[in-house]
Amino acid sequence: MNDKHIVSSYDRDLEGLLAHIMKMGGLVEDAILRAARSLETRDEELAEEVRRGDKAIDDLEELIDEEAAQVIARRAPAASDLRTVLSILKIASNLERIGDYAKNMAKRTGVLAQMSPVSDSAAALRRMAREVERMLKDALDAYVRRDVDLACDVIRRDEEVDQMYNALFREFLTFMMEDPRNITPCMHLHFIAKNTERMGDHVTAIAEQAVYLVTGERPSELRVKADVTSETT
Amino acid sequence: MYDAPKTAESTVSQNEIKFDCRDCQVWYGDTHAIKDVNIQIEDNTVTSFIGPSGCGKSTFLRCLNRMNDTIDVARVEGQFLLDGEDIYDRKVDPVQLRAKVGMVFQKPNPFPKSIYDNVAYGPKIHGMAKNKAELDEIVERALRRGAIWDEVKDRLDQPGTGLSGGQQQRLCIARAVATEPEVLLMDEPCSALDPIATALVEELIDELRTRYSVVIVTHSMQQAARVSQKTAFFHLGNLVEFGDTGEIFTNPNDPRTESYITGRIG
Repeated sequence: MNDKHIVSSYDRDLEGLLAHIMKMGGLVEDAILRAARSLETRDEELAEEVRRGDKAIDDLEELIDEEAAQVIARRAPAASDLRTVLSILKIASNLERIGDYAKNMAKRTGVLAQMSPVSDSAAALRRMAREVERMLKDALDAYVRRDVDLACDVIRRDEEVDQMYNALFREFLTFMMEDPRNITPCMHLHFIAKNTERMGDHVTAIAEQAVYLVTGERPSELRVKADVTSETT
Repeated sequence: MYDAPKTAESTVSQNEIKFDCRDCQVWYGDTHAIKDVNIQIEDNTVTSFIGPSGCGKSTFLRCLNRMNDTIDVARVEGQFLLDGEDIYDRKVDPVQLRAKVGMVFQKPNPFPKSIYDNVAYGPKIHGMAKNKAELDEIVERALRRGAIWDEVKDRLDQPGTGLSGGQQQRLCIARAVATEPEVLLMDEPCSALDPIATALVEELIDELRTRYSVVIVTHSMQQAARVSQKTAFFHLGNLVEFGDTGEIFTNPNDPRTESYITGRIG
């Protein structure tokens, strides 16, 4: 397949959309890492920065929505071009959600900073967030490079994130049973853990879009559902 | 704060007004074909006229270089100001005007002459070249702007009619730009072409707008959406809506525009 359109402005439109997605992805990766750092280092100022930074991510999603609508209305994209536009729309929405979770983590950091730390769970959460960020980077790389193998690898790695969440869930339960004064911080920490696990799911959805872009099909049951906490008694 | 790069098509810059048309009316005998049309056509912009058959879009286009002069029953009123000067003024010579406001038609219509002479004809009669070398230069430049130079440079002495339809149309565009016009009018320039030839002409139109103001009449709404920055929707002789193409095709103001572009009236 020739990768250039005869009408070069069509290429410029699609490249523009892709550039926005990459920019948005970069901002979201940054938000995850900084939110997790602020949590571990109890840095309220940094947390506040992350919260404020979410606006730029939201604005980019809006811009992508508008420009994608223009491409659909004006160019009637077909085949791989259509898959590109559809997947970009979905990825933008996934990234926006991940950004919201990072913002929420930063908000809870502000609350948690007023309480005494619960064991070293903030460090464990940061490790989990780092893993999600690495997955996000790979998912976006896989999308841009049209690398199905890398995308499938990301989808598999979500299992590890799920397992990290399961472990934290049990840990928080134990802390809360040990001392009721741990309940408030542990509830916040648990929401952070759960939100980070949800970030992993959105990253997985992005990796799935990479597979869809290349193959035109949804990836088959590669994904193992490893979040078992809903069955925990 | 991140400053989003604008893609080419989303940018609607403020260009100078090339054509300022005020209270324009056209009658064919008793038929009122164009009713009170007011429109400002920008420089360095592709403006498309869309609308159902008989809506007046071609009639209006033909007013812009006085092609309606040749139709006895046609009567044109109103002001058509090109760079502030009324093109229907007594002082204006229609032949000079048409060198300034070039036109490309639906069916490619090369002269039954060589490729070279097709392009050289206009510059010759307007005395644009002092000698053969200058004329050669003008012809090459026009053929390059018509994005057809590479395909014909080795057979300039062969008849223009021997080219394929798409090549003929690009030759006609080259012929139109040879006289260094300021405005290019195109009346359904791709309706006789296949999709690839159409894409080549559309790519060319996008390049042409860096130099000229381009006005295109098209039956293909998709083509208007693809090539233009401004779109005017005509209906029953009225200019119903005129605005940014992106806006017209995603969120038009007038219900008639919406009905037309979504295939509900025609």
